[in-house]
Amino acid sequence: MKLLYYPGCTLRTVAQDFDRSAREVASALDIELVELTDFTCCGGLFPQTTENLMPLLAPARILVQAQRTDPAQKLMTLCTFCYNTLKRTHFTLQNDLQKRSIVSEFLEEPYRAEVKVVHLLEVLRDDIGYEAIGRKLAAGSLIESIQGMHVAPYYGCLLLRPSEEISMDDPEQPTILEDLLQTLGCTVVDFPWKTECCGSFLAVNKPELARQCSQTIVQRAAQVGAQMLVTTCPLCSYNITHLGLDHTPMSVLYFTQILGMALGIDLQKLGLRPDRLEKAIT
Amino acid sequence: MNAFVQSNAAQDTRLLVEVEELSGQNLYACYQCGKCTAGCPLAFSMDILPHTIIRLMQLGQVERALSSKSPWHCAACLTCSSRCPKGVDLARVMEALRVLLIRSGKAPIQVFQLPVELAAQLPQQAAVSALRKHSG
Repeated sequence: MKLLYYPGCTLRTVAQDFDRSAREVASALDIELVELTDFTCCGGLFPQTTENLMPLLAPARILVQAQRTDPAQKLMTLCTFCYNTLKRTHFTLQNDLQKRSIVSEFLEEPYRAEVKVVHLLEVLRDDIGYEAIGRKLAAGSLIESIQGMHVAPYYGCLLLRPSEEISMDDPEQPTILEDLLQTLGCTVVDFPWKTECCGSFLAVNKPELARQCSQTIVQRAAQVGAQMLVTTCPLCSYNITHLGLDHTPMSVLYFTQILGMALGIDLQKLGLRPDRLEKAIT
Repeated sequence: MNAFVQSNAAQDTRLLVEVEELSGQNLYACYQCGKCTAGCPLAFSMDILPHTIIRLMQLGQVERALSSKSPWHCAACLTCSSRCPKGVDLARVMEALRVLLIRSGKAPIQVFQLPVELAAQLPQQAAVSALRKHSG
């Protein structure tokens, strides 16, 4: 299958391992990713005020670019912030005709609100299917090492909320990540802090607060017996790794990296350093 | 409105209307169950707890809510919004308070300083989002 892909700013820079591993996984599952041309940053956050339309312009421009490229296509994203911002902007413009008309006029191109913003996790669940992924799992020592691990799924905040607009999974008891990890043969621990916030962008100007949030998540994961946290967002990964880990041994992987390992993809292609991984696994 | 309105009642009433308009939320829908505060991952650091922010405004004391650090400690993770039994989107209320301060010039944009080793790895999404929160 063919999918339009919007990497966003972070996957192009500090989270290249997320981008690379996703491309490898997509290729192994016969998904052809077509990168959206001429894209900009989405603005990071969806505006929470009712009357401020300015922050809608950047994401709307991206949606219009997707519509221009191929209106029948789904637009796939990976970064949680991009996913949340694009999907909420689409939702707003789809349901508020007045806002849609103002934004369309400003962009000098009507947005028809037909683009379907999806996350790779949804593509894996809805289009590929866990059964098909299960049939493609590689054999060997690497997958055995994953299958022996106790893994905590970590969703963070914006991947699931607000659920009436995002509608990927239940905002309180999601299972999309668990189901994927179970398909790979991992032992998934029951992790009540899986939708807790890591402190998000407070890492920039109030890192001590983000540190406390992230440390709590790591400590709770360790308490329920997890050896690995599987994340879906570059900022969660950053906060957990740089602020949260402290002295608790815990490996932090993107879901695309552990999926890539299970599919038998070379570690370096997944942006994983073998030495670091070995330390994490043993 | 009620017996608790302070001497600057006219000013507070105007601000209350602005908060309700900016956030699109009915603050009087809140019945103070405290679920927002119970689930807030940043509540430990707030000088006024999330449900109290709403209570202050219900009592007409918007200036006190505006002078709190709490809106700036909110990470907009939407846990409160997704759990509120009355459908009050508190994250939108916090944003309305921030935006009111920014637009009245009372929240100058800070220059963020991070240690070099942290800044080099900082995801762009964090920098963009933090600046957005401080510039409206």
